[in-house]
Amino acid sequence: MEDLIRRYGTGLTAVFCLLVAFWILVLVILPNFAMFEQSFRPYLPVVDIGGPKDVFTMGNYEKILANPVETSWFGIPITIPIHISTFVDTVFFSALVTLMTLILAYPLAYFLAKVANPRSIPTLLLLLFIPMWVSEALRAFAWYIILTFNGPLNALLKALGIIDQGVRWQNGVVTSYDAIVIVLTYCYVLFMLFPIYTAITSLDTNQIEAAEDLGSPWWRTHWRVVIPHAKPGIASGCVMVFMLSAGSLLVPTVVGSTKANWFPQTIYTWFNDALDWNTGAAYSMIFLLVCILFVIVMMRVFKVKLSDIAK
Amino acid sequence: MSAGIDLENVCCDFGTFRAVDNANVSIKPGEFFSFLGPSGCGKTTILRMVSGFIEPTQGAIKIGGKDMRGSRPNQRPTALIFQNLALFPLMPIWENISFGLEVRGVDKATRRKKAEDLLKLVDLPGAADKMVSQLSGGQKQRVAIARALAVEPSVMLLDEPLSALDLKLRQHMRAELRAIQKRTGVTFIYITHDQGEALAMSDRVGVMSQGRIQQIAAPRDIYDNPVNGFVASFVGENNIFEGDISPVADGMASLSGPHGNFRARILPDAQGKALKLYVRPEHTKLSKTAAAENSVEMEVTEVAFEGAFISVHGLASGGKRIQAEVKNDGVTQAPAVGEKVFATFDAARALLLPDANVRG
Ligand SMILES: Nc1ncnc2c1ncn2[C@@H]1O[C@H](COP(=O)(O)OP(=O)(O)OP(=O)(O)O)[C@@H](O)[C@H]1O
Ligand SMILES: [Mg+2]
Repeated sequence: MEDLIRRYGTGLTAVFCLLVAFWILVLVILPNFAMFEQSFRPYLPVVDIGGPKDVFTMGNYEKILANPVETSWFGIPITIPIHISTFVDTVFFSALVTLMTLILAYPLAYFLAKVANPRSIPTLLLLLFIPMWVSEALRAFAWYIILTFNGPLNALLKALGIIDQGVRWQNGVVTSYDAIVIVLTYCYVLFMLFPIYTAITSLDTNQIEAAEDLGSPWWRTHWRVVIPHAKPGIASGCVMVFMLSAGSLLVPTVVGSTKANWFPQTIYTWFNDALDWNTGAAYSMIFLLVCILFVIVMMRVFKVKLSDIAK
Repeated sequence: MSAGIDLENVCCDFGTFRAVDNANVSIKPGEFFSFLGPSGCGKTTILRMVSGFIEPTQGAIKIGGKDMRGSRPNQRPTALIFQNLALFPLMPIWENISFGLEVRGVDKATRRKKAEDLLKLVDLPGAADKMVSQLSGGQKQRVAIARALAVEPSVMLLDEPLSALDLKLRQHMRAELRAIQKRTGVTFIYITHDQGEALAMSDRVGVMSQGRIQQIAAPRDIYDNPVNGFVASFVGENNIFEGDISPVADGMASLSGPHGNFRARILPDAQGKALKLYVRPEHTKLSKTAAAENSVEMEVTEVAFEGAFISVHGLASGGKRIQAEVKNDGVTQAPAVGEKVFATFDAARALLLPDANVRG
């Protein structure tokens, strides 16, 4: 603080601090607190707001436990509240998206950081970036077209003789979430790529060579030298991709099948179709808390510290 | 356990640039061999070719008589110690040292034991569970040596491993390295641009310039009988005289130039080339009167006390700089600044040499 004052003077420092305070207080804490507060009130007609019926209640939170349905997970039939089912699917498939982006991004990041000719890096990075200039909505619709029954993917596979009947990709081949997982992976893979790329770039190439010189095969060099070094990058990539995927509304809406429900869609329904902001707020709170919890547990499992991610 | 290394007509090109040109060396098993040369002369490139990170553009590298072309670094019986050591900062010391054994599937208890044995060998007991960042420069050095020794290589390759250390530690580590090499009997190829280091530690030295090996000989021979001006200048100081050569019998020739006529040794294969006369300051004597031969008058410009000797600098006619050393033995008198003296040298101590061996 004193350092700031010395460097920028009292006036400018005050402006900085006020801006940061404004950001945190007005743009982050206040809206979330408003929602938090709303989530404990019943949904009432406007005239009753503030009246005797406007009391503290957990009712909004309890709604998530209603409407049990019969479904099956990996072939095991279970009965479970429908929104919980959506919720678990969303977390599970977001984790799957995270894993897929990691599998795609790690080799590419390693290639860019340590194998590719340094002179071609700017071009390669530009090529990777260009798709990001197109809005997420357009990219999602592009994939919608690719995956439709009469779309180019089926046409290609038929022309290659791999399939002789068109596949309904959007209804799902393995699970009903196939299309969502594919498109989310595509949309967020760069959020995984860049932190890992940055982390691997900072690794001394001599360490990779030293490992090889000591007789290490390539996979062990990665396992023991490159991955431990890149772990903070991998962790921040994973947190970003997981949170973005789990929170995506657009992609599931555009490419999702009728059987694939994403939890943000459920929340959206409460807000927009039912106009019940109180229940929507309660669902949002649950979702936020559980996602944060999931990330913390995963960080514990992989022994990643919060300070690593901030790097 | 140790193996010999043969480089046969080895060349290495980076694009159109030839970093190593036609290197021929035969290093004996158990030898301590140094490559000595200025920055950018291709020393590291040679080492990287021997360890397998670069394939030679031409020629063959043989380790223990076996041609190594096509085998990756992890298949060669070499261990490289990098210029910056390249220890693994996220592993404790003992895992660093035993990494090569982990790769070979050795169980944990044996690895731990071996790491502790090696730490004793490099005089660093009790460091097994520390992290790399907790060690000093010299200690890291030893860990790097231990890590390389752990895989029981036939050949150790060391790329200027002492360059980051301070003078005292460097001198200590020189002796240490030499002792470890004697104890293990492993062939060492050592790279340095410090001639003192190369001359003090090695069985033989290969002096390099611009990708070419200039001379391969024992340290003493490199210093006393350099084959060309580059080698003579790189391993020590010289007074250099230019002029025309006329042969005289018995391996001697005379050089007549602006500073007079001199007689000096000439090598048989140097006949007919452009030559200069090289004589070392410690073989250059000072006297008040001119000697019978090899004598040049100079005015003393600087007298520097160096401890064991006194370094005298002077200017001969035409601004020619001459350097001589006077022993600090309590008998010989050093001249004073401004005094006119004669610098003389023994014909047997002076050499007529061509310039460096470079690409035509
Ligand atoms: N990968 C490369 N691509 C192009 N040129 C290279 C490459 N590696 C080395 N060179 C060139 O080859 C020459 C020899 O390099 P090398 O690293 O062998 O020098 P060195 O003798 O080890 O020098 P130093 O004492 O500074 O380490 C240098 O001129 C260098 O610029
Ligand atoms: Mg080098």
